[in-house]
Amino acid sequence: MSIPIFSFIFAMWILIIIGGGLMVIFIGPLSFSGDGQLDPLINSGIKVSIAMVLIFIWVIALLKIKNWIFRKITNQ
Amino acid sequence: MEQLIIPAIIAITIAFFSVYGLTPFVIRVLEKRNITVVDVNKKEKTMVARPGGLSIIVGIESSLIILYIFFPISEILAVLLTTFFAFIVGLIDDKKTMGGWFKPVALAFCAAPIILLGAYDSNLAFPLFGTVQIPLLYMALVVFMIPIMGNTINSIDVLNGVASGFITIASFALSICLFILQNYEVGIISLCLAFSSLAFYKYHKFPSKVFPGDSGAITFGAAYGGIAIIGGVEVIAAIAILPAIINSFLFLSSVKKIVEHREIKNPTSHTDDWKLQTTSENHAPITLVRLLIAKKPLSEKQIGYEIFKLAIFSGILAIITAFMMGVTI
Repeated sequence: MSIPIFSFIFAMWILIIIGGGLMVIFIGPLSFSGDGQLDPLINSGIKVSIAMVLIFIWVIALLKIKNWIFRKITNQ
Repeated sequence: MEQLIIPAIIAITIAFFSVYGLTPFVIRVLEKRNITVVDVNKKEKTMVARPGGLSIIVGIESSLIILYIFFPISEILAVLLTTFFAFIVGLIDDKKTMGGWFKPVALAFCAAPIILLGAYDSNLAFPLFGTVQIPLLYMALVVFMIPIMGNTINSIDVLNGVASGFITIASFALSICLFILQNYEVGIISLCLAFSSLAFYKYHKFPSKVFPGDSGAITFGAAYGGIAIIGGVEVIAAIAILPAIINSFLFLSSVKKIVEHREIKNPTSHTDDWKLQTTSENHAPITLVRLLIAKKPLSEKQIGYEIFKLAIFSGILAIITAFMMGVTI
């Protein structure tokens, strides 16, 4: 049994749930209005940008966890 | 619900027995034509037939055609076409080794039937928190889902039986999730994939008589990705294949570019008793297999079972997530 890898999967699962929560709570309700016809496009564009930032943070967090787990395995 | 049982049994039976019956024939034809590759993890030089994708696509497509006759809904047609196009991309890659970017770009176009038939819902559902409507982002997700799933499953096709065994576990878990969410039609489609891959596993398990090749592994991944989209269970589907996603993540974070897997250094080597051990090569990528053997060398069969344990764990997390979908905080 490779406990660190199970921990990594569990950590990813938690990060997915938290990330989903952030998407629903913060990104979902965002609405920008200004130039009539372009509103849906602007809204989607801003939401995509914020989602990309969130994904970037998610990947950084995963990299940190991966490095910690890899160190743990090699030290065993 | 009751009216689904007979079509489901017929489709599942066809999915299983067409792959089970056709694969030995495909193996014989491939061996007769000398279309074989060396199984690098065997001590004695062993030639294995490759690719066995043809029997996989016949199993999946024939079962989906039967389902489509019973339920002519665009969702089934979308998965049917997307999977077939992905198989063609995989077959081209089997015949002629293409560059690292070929598969992702070509597979992105395979998502066209899902978009053109409108077989998706642009609400992205998350556990506990509900759904978020992101039409533009969702469109991008549909386009990226097929290449990501196809390549993710293809990237774990490194040892005997792993790709087919892994997708069997993941698609059974996804089927249970879809039934929990009362999405019965898509749940049956997922069962067709599960039984097709289970039948192929019979010949792909250690010691392999056939390898799925890119055409087989990509077909598995594309069908799985298509089911995730039409079923609106993208997050759950991703959770069910977390070990494969970890493998791709580890690989990309160590290689830092998209390359064809045949171009990279092997991250493993063999011990005297032919177990796999991590290589001393510094530039070799970090993969899931390399993590599993970091502590001690393991046999090919043992590594396969370790990956299946991880797949079962992820499948359980996916089922828990499906239950959490019904709860909003």
